[in-house]
Amino acid sequence: MTAPLLAAEGLTLRFGAIPALLDVAIDVAEGEVVAIVGESGSGKTTLLRVLSGMMTPDAGTVRWLGDDVHAMGEAARRRLMRTAWGFVHQNPRDGLRLAVSAGGNVGERLMAVGARHYGNIRAEALSWLAKVEIDGHRIDDLPRTFSGGMQQRLQIARTLVTRPRLVFMDEPTGGLDVSVQARLLDLIRSLSRELGLSVLIVTHDIAAARLLADRILVMRRGRVVEQGLTDRVLDDPQHPYTQLLVSSVLAA
Amino acid sequence: MTPALRTEGLAKAFTLHLQGGTHIPVLSGIDLAVRPGECVALWGPSGAGKSTLMRCLYGNYGAGSGRIILRHRGRDIDLAAADPRDVIEARRETLGYVSQFLRVIPRVATRDIVAEPMITRGVPREEALARATALLRRLNLPDRLHGLPPATFSGGEQQRVNLARGFAPGYPVLLLDEPTASLDAANRAGVIALINEAKAQGAAIVGIFHDAEVREAVADRLFDVLPVQDAA
Amino acid sequence: MSTMDGYNFAYLDEATKRMIRRAILKAVAIPGHQIPFGAREMPLPYGWGTGGIQVTASILGPADTLKVIDQGADDTTNAVSIRRFFTRVAGVETTARTGEASIIQTRHRIPEKPLREDQIIVYQVPQPEPLFMLEPRRAEAKRLHALADYGLMHVRLYEDIARLGHIAKAYDYPVMVNARYLMSPSPIPAFDNPKMHRMAALQLFGAGREKRIYAIPPHTEVHSLDFEDHPFRPIRAPHACALCRSTDTYLDEVITDDAGGRMFVCSDTDFCAERQARAAPQEAAE
Repeated sequence: MTAPLLAAEGLTLRFGAIPALLDVAIDVAEGEVVAIVGESGSGKTTLLRVLSGMMTPDAGTVRWLGDDVHAMGEAARRRLMRTAWGFVHQNPRDGLRLAVSAGGNVGERLMAVGARHYGNIRAEALSWLAKVEIDGHRIDDLPRTFSGGMQQRLQIARTLVTRPRLVFMDEPTGGLDVSVQARLLDLIRSLSRELGLSVLIVTHDIAAARLLADRILVMRRGRVVEQGLTDRVLDDPQHPYTQLLVSSVLAA
Repeated sequence: MTPALRTEGLAKAFTLHLQGGTHIPVLSGIDLAVRPGECVALWGPSGAGKSTLMRCLYGNYGAGSGRIILRHRGRDIDLAAADPRDVIEARRETLGYVSQFLRVIPRVATRDIVAEPMITRGVPREEALARATALLRRLNLPDRLHGLPPATFSGGEQQRVNLARGFAPGYPVLLLDEPTASLDAANRAGVIALINEAKAQGAAIVGIFHDAEVREAVADRLFDVLPVQDAA
Repeated sequence: MSTMDGYNFAYLDEATKRMIRRAILKAVAIPGHQIPFGAREMPLPYGWGTGGIQVTASILGPADTLKVIDQGADDTTNAVSIRRFFTRVAGVETTARTGEASIIQTRHRIPEKPLREDQIIVYQVPQPEPLFMLEPRRAEAKRLHALADYGLMHVRLYEDIARLGHIAKAYDYPVMVNARYLMSPSPIPAFDNPKMHRMAALQLFGAGREKRIYAIPPHTEVHSLDFEDHPFRPIRAPHACALCRSTDTYLDEVITDDAGGRMFVCSDTDFCAERQARAAPQEAAE
């Protein structure tokens, strides 16, 4: 078994008296999709923020390829977030520059890491728009003219353009229409397979977790109550809370 | 000859926390062994735990106790205790499963659903799609359906998609849960042929065959699965 | 030479000058990096060159010769006012000849005549932050500078090319100084940018309203941002100066009548006059 790309242990974080994370451990291997599910207040979004270096835990460490993420300094973290990592926000407006064209949004990370040939940058942007099923003719349009689903797909293209190894996703389908969600999930599924991405996805949508994830962690009140193979956890839940969660999902 | 798949003292019980902690034992002391080229049919009354045993073998249900030993990459691994990533690797390369129900992925065409396990194993995309098409045709699924997602297919059509997906990669170990349940006589014959070909190529097969004709045509022996007496 | 009663030499008190000089030293030590300074109230409003005036006041000595230009001309209102101000509070020699000045304070142009190591040019800067329009959050802009994270500016140039086919910035064209800091050269025309590269004179920049000072030490690398396939090109009107016939200086377009008549003349009045003077004896001889 090769070493995991991202490994975290003992993560604890309290907001005053409220325990957001209590002794959480998680790791992500190469090419693996891991889902973190739980209801509001479970700590899953806090966990994502701590793992991606946006928040510092009170205790515990997060290591990327062996390096302590919180000890490496903001400059190194920002570089990481621009190259080997990606982050897809729940609201695409948090992950896009709304006053910059679609092509500029996708090309920005390339330019930030030194790309200086306009023609090549534009060609790369066009190819990524095609991959996320956005019509190439919209390359010069502003994201505010896009639908929510299109904005989200644009955010994904913008994130993947530098071929990150690990992508953090925070409720990527939240707020989208159901049919639009299906398309987006399918896109995430096929791109992660095609590119061999590792994905850490936080979601309250169990069906999305089943579709996308190899492994799943169930969180409740800051703790991981159950984890394992996705189909095993969802079809044969052991913990009472997991059983409750799974039985509450409405089947279409 | 070393079994391709065997269990030692496999037991499985369910605890339903939402029903006041009701404890339901389903399997107890299961010692099963299947050799390459052999087909073992699970045999027992309805509700006895045959499907549960299948799902345990696949890792879909967690084993309560005991071991599930799979011959994978020339070594024995205990699926009951294995790391999830190892189970995924075993499922990708060695262990195939044809369930009774097709879990439908929205928007993905039938042909791609069937090709996907092969592509994951490293088969080039064009070749995987070609094999998928050939197998679907063999199972009498009309060409016009190959490009559609199977959500709107009939039960029998969905089952044939499932079968194609399970047989296409050529797994060394195959688990078949009621593979012919929704099929007519002609299609049943097609499935019997597929199973026998797989056996001839050395696959070890564990199956639940409700249909006597199919069972007799493919099974080398029966394995009894009897209801566990509830001692609680 | 006498200064006004009740005022320190060059208007500012010595403590203020010391503070500004310290800021200038820091600025020179970190080429292109903006240094905050405690700008003082000056006897003219923001937007009229208070930053440039404070820098000049802090480096001015009794032996200096001062030239002040506004859009290249010595005789426009602002240039005249500022020059007279320093005459009254410092009593220094002033000149319109670029070659004779030791300090040149300028609004929005660099003189055509190359400057020397013994000269200092002081630029008046309205908005020192090159990322201002792209990243309105000041805290974030500071972080981008600290991390040399300038993809955003290239995005802006990309957007220009996507929309217009070429980079649209004709003035205040962003530059990379010493291959480290992104800098706003102040609203000089893009045509003047190449003069900044390895200039022999010290270049100082003062923004009074925004309270920032920055600098380019002599002989420093200054490159205008561009793309490999859309390289930077200095732009000027494709005419010759109507007065001195120059074809490689920056031109002003002057409307001569209300029938659409116009002429193009050098924006740098001193340079144009010098060229005319050199040509005149020859013409007289013909």
